[in-house]
Amino acid sequence: MSTWPTTREMDIETDGFDTVDMSINVGPQHPATHGVFRMVLTVDGERVVDCEPYIGYLHRGLEKLTENADYRQSMGWWDRTDYLAGMCCEGAYCMAVEKLAGIEVPDRAEYIRVIMMELSRINSHFMFFGAFGADVGSMGTSFIYGWRERERIYDLMEEVAGDRMFPTYFRIGGVTMDLPDNFEQRCRWVLDSVKKGLEDFDGLLTGNEVFIERCRDLSPVTPEQGINWGLTGPMLRATGLKWDIRRAEPYSIYPHLKFEIPVGRQGDVFDRYMVRMAEAYQSVRIIEQCLDEMPKSGLVLNPSLPKTLRVNDAECYLRTEGTKGEYSIYAIAKGGNKPYRMKLRSPAFCSLSALREMVVGTYVADAIIILGSIDIVLGEVDK
Amino acid sequence: MEFGDPFFGNSYIDAIIRLNIVVLVMTLVVIYLTYGERKVLGRIQQRIGPNRTGPGGLLQGFADALKLLSKEDLRPRNADRWVFELAPFAAFVPIFVILVTLPFAENWGVRNLSLGLFFVFSILGLNIVGILMAGLGSGSKYALLGGVRAAAQMISYEIPLVISLLAVAMLAGTFNLNEIVLLQETRPYIIVQPLAFVIFFTAMLAELHRAPFDIPVAESEVSGGYFIEYSGMRWSLFQLAEYTAMWAFSIFAAVVFLGGWAWPMGTEWGWGWQLFLTIAKSFALIFSMMWIRGTVVRLRIDQLMNFCWKGLIEISFALLLVNGFFLYYGWPEEVLALVQWAATIIFIGFIYTRGVRRSRANEYIGTYRNPEAATP
Repeated sequence: MSTWPTTREMDIETDGFDTVDMSINVGPQHPATHGVFRMVLTVDGERVVDCEPYIGYLHRGLEKLTENADYRQSMGWWDRTDYLAGMCCEGAYCMAVEKLAGIEVPDRAEYIRVIMMELSRINSHFMFFGAFGADVGSMGTSFIYGWRERERIYDLMEEVAGDRMFPTYFRIGGVTMDLPDNFEQRCRWVLDSVKKGLEDFDGLLTGNEVFIERCRDLSPVTPEQGINWGLTGPMLRATGLKWDIRRAEPYSIYPHLKFEIPVGRQGDVFDRYMVRMAEAYQSVRIIEQCLDEMPKSGLVLNPSLPKTLRVNDAECYLRTEGTKGEYSIYAIAKGGNKPYRMKLRSPAFCSLSALREMVVGTYVADAIIILGSIDIVLGEVDK
Repeated sequence: MEFGDPFFGNSYIDAIIRLNIVVLVMTLVVIYLTYGERKVLGRIQQRIGPNRTGPGGLLQGFADALKLLSKEDLRPRNADRWVFELAPFAAFVPIFVILVTLPFAENWGVRNLSLGLFFVFSILGLNIVGILMAGLGSGSKYALLGGVRAAAQMISYEIPLVISLLAVAMLAGTFNLNEIVLLQETRPYIIVQPLAFVIFFTAMLAELHRAPFDIPVAESEVSGGYFIEYSGMRWSLFQLAEYTAMWAFSIFAAVVFLGGWAWPMGTEWGWGWQLFLTIAKSFALIFSMMWIRGTVVRLRIDQLMNFCWKGLIEISFALLLVNGFFLYYGWPEEVLALVQWAATIIFIGFIYTRGVRRSRANEYIGTYRNPEAATP
């Protein structure tokens, strides 16, 4: 299924002029690479004929660090993988260790976790809308519209966990502390403002003719291609495939919750954007259900945990639906208080590996927004 | 007193003094345009904008200018020295020369040229030379891309720009900007020629590299475009050229389409009112440009070219033809205005419906907000 060109097709008659391809280095310091990502584009005029991504500028050895620390100590590092949605990563790590050691989580803690993870998802998607709008060229207006809602969510997280981006709020067997008193009211206020923020994005980007012109029919991906390239999450759902780990392999309390899986039609950039819009809305719906159904009191941390968590020979693979796709952890324990191996399958890394297939043949400006539509977070790509 | 009569001493000294006044005013206006742009964009983006330097941040422009003047003037090693160093001037001077012909008020201007309109649009094209020099001489691939994009874009959009101006010149029967203004004493030409104004405004945005046509200077793609390698004074000359061009074009549009200093009540209420009219109209145009910049995303280069060559140029030729028929047969101006307004509404409506119809956006919007409905 590869679209990698073997020979170059010349679009224009050269008429005796020799034209050469030019290679442009985009990044690691470039406003459109969302961090320290670098790609070398080979261009024929404005058309991209080759693209070579380089990653690893933010590699921190997460997996190795985790092998060398106590189960509870590694939490903070896992926050910093997908740093736009720290709670989702924490949640995945905690669930992996719980699955490894067979630890129960109190009911209320599960609800709190889902609320926090879905808030993180909204947070990450708003960052996407903002940054993607800036990539397409809205002069930072979309960026700051996105930040407004993000700030409110961050404030809420600070009230709950004491920190904004890297809360380290989850614990193995529950969460650190109970919610503050006025949480439900505050959370509903934030959700209302999120809905208003989504409407603002409808006005600013979704209904904008130029935006539609730019994004529609750009780099369409079929479901087969998506599966072959290892796309997951919104990237795969945009192709029309209903694949969401929260439904396909449910974890936590997701089986009890009602929500739709939004899918696109042809997997183009516009569909990827719209799927994320719809997903943010579904996340609001999930949180509202959780707030309604949550047990009003109860334990939030399993009280029967030992002081030092030791896990005998065990092995597990845990799949969660991260904000960028399938955020899965393969964990092995061989006794002691440290894991033997913690392998992260980071979704943005896998989606990014399909960048070349999606970019070749488009224009330079398109390459930028295709990269933006993958919604990479370099902390997760480089681990 | 006639326009060209020496005001200060003999005619050479007079010209130099008038030029100096224009330069001073221009510098001041540009400084406050940058401030104004940051404030307007700030308001659109729900921020405050500059407010630390002076009352309400009013001295921000001066602080920026001082900072830019004191910065090091860097030149990349593989840059073509003279081309690189002269490019900012080549980009700036043509823009400045436009100001020479513009009538700010009755008998207020540097020179009253009888071919003023012609002079303006012949000078406009020279700006490209400076930008190409910067693009090719910088020795940077981003600058090269930006420069070539700018050249392609500006050469294309020059055509509808000039034709829309010619449509007005046909009606006016003169190229003299002062006479064009005087003819608009009772009604500005935008009422008779709205389509020409729409075309002119669109092409003007493209000529000025303003959003949504800011492709040559796109930050997220070529991160600055042709002036990416410049710093300090030379960089600020590019900015000066950009903002001066904005102002000059806006005054030009105000003069040709919005009635300049003559409408309304221009000839009766004296020069103060006239000056106010010109400046207010130009600032209204500048504000709308800033507004567009804050809210609209960027086009792609091929879409931009298609829009020009497959849309604007044909429409502007048709416009010229319709004007010709009306003038030849001596049909009344009111009918011409009606035809033009109908065409303008159809044109804008076509662009709008085309975008919305082909996008399926209207299907998406609305469905995803309804939680029970099947999502897209």
